[in-house]
Amino acid sequence: MAGDCEKKPVLEMMQADGGDEGCVTYVLHNEDHTLGNSLRYLVMKDVDVEFCGYSITHPSESKINFRIQTRGGIPATEPLRTGLTQLNHVCQHVLNTFQARVDEFKGNQDQSME
Amino acid sequence: MGRGLCTPVNRGDKMAAPMSIVEEIRTRVILQEFGVKNVHTTDYPGNYPGYDDAWNMADFKKNFRIDIVDMDENTMEFDMVGIDASIANAFRRILLAEVPTMAVEKVFIYNNTSIVQDEILAHRLGLVPIKADPRLFEYRDAGNEGEDDEEGSEIDTIKLQLKVKCSRNPRATKDSADPRELYLNHMVYSKDMKWVPIGNQADVFADINIGPVHGDILLAQLRPGQELDIVMHCVKGIGQDHAKFSPVATASYRLLPEISLLETVEGEKAERLRGCFSRGVMELEDRDGRKFAKVVNSRLDTCSREVLRHEDLKNLVKLARVRDHFIFTVESSGVLPPDVLVTEAIKVLMTKCSRFLNELNTSNME
Repeated sequence: MAGDCEKKPVLEMMQADGGDEGCVTYVLHNEDHTLGNSLRYLVMKDVDVEFCGYSITHPSESKINFRIQTRGGIPATEPLRTGLTQLNHVCQHVLNTFQARVDEFKGNQDQSME
Repeated sequence: MGRGLCTPVNRGDKMAAPMSIVEEIRTRVILQEFGVKNVHTTDYPGNYPGYDDAWNMADFKKNFRIDIVDMDENTMEFDMVGIDASIANAFRRILLAEVPTMAVEKVFIYNNTSIVQDEILAHRLGLVPIKADPRLFEYRDAGNEGEDDEEGSEIDTIKLQLKVKCSRNPRATKDSADPRELYLNHMVYSKDMKWVPIGNQADVFADINIGPVHGDILLAQLRPGQELDIVMHCVKGIGQDHAKFSPVATASYRLLPEISLLETVEGEKAERLRGCFSRGVMELEDRDGRKFAKVVNSRLDTCSREVLRHEDLKNLVKLARVRDHFIFTVESSGVLPPDVLVTEAIKVLMTKCSRFLNELNTSNME
């Protein structure tokens, strides 16, 4: 968001289990249900993910704890990265579809006005 | 019949092909008398044997569609089909709280002799929507607030001025009691907020009139001798910070209702059944002189569940909602047209994802 100085971390990693890279809790700053829930949905759609959940630690603090547990020894950053990329692609597709339909609707409106 | 294992899916005719229980759990939200069933998304990989629920971008693109129902300069209604509730909700939340606009932030009151208190007037001025494209401005850096209190550069601030003095109308008749005749400038409207260009704004925004969206918002009332001399600075902000920055009057969505008849209903029962739903949802069809109830357009229903209040009618219908069909209604406050707002909201979500992807990549490279 505007006004954040560059030194403040946006994403932190709190490793609960030593040695097991598959179970990690991330702390995402300045985020809430908007990104948390949509990212959780896409990470859960990944076959390698055994558990994915997020929680808002305290309503006065704008940060979320995002936990991913994978199976098969896959590091947890993989599903996180895949989830973010897929969310990006979903948004891009929604944007393209929406803009195309709006242009079509406006074109139809102009035609019926003439 | 239609009660045990299968649920009829109404497709215009009385009863079409039944949907299996599993399909219903996966795709429908059921409205019952004492609660709502199957609300959460459950189609994750591994939950249903025999189904491959892993994320498939090609399948998503195939099933996803957007239909624009209605659009004018301030409101739009469109359908988004084939997307999950978490992402649709993210768009709704961003439309309300994270799409930036310009609004009055700093109010410098040089003279206020009206009966409206300074802070009340400043609060009202902040809530007036300002017609300026926020994409052409930058956020004001909150770092050096102390020194730069009265300055604002041309790229992040819009300066407005409100200067009104009320006086007695010399041409009023002797015994009139109408304030509109007796006084001049006794009502301060938002159209009195005049734009004062800073720096090169006069050239950049030469053909656009920067000012309030609506000119008829009453800000204060004055009597002779009272005056207002106010300078305002507008900055860019988001609704999360203060609701005055929210660009939408409101943005909401509802799920597409689906009403299916479990039995044939005729005669007087059909009449009562029709009365339980919103107008246009159910019609009476004439066949061989007898009237049968038929679901015509369940989209119009407001899902009041009135039919569940009648003992003899509540087992004749099944009320459900399609879980991935969202009917969005976006009403803009006038700053930007609603279709631009939706595209900006989608871009904000993309920016969030990119930010975290960059963060992941840079921290990995260290």
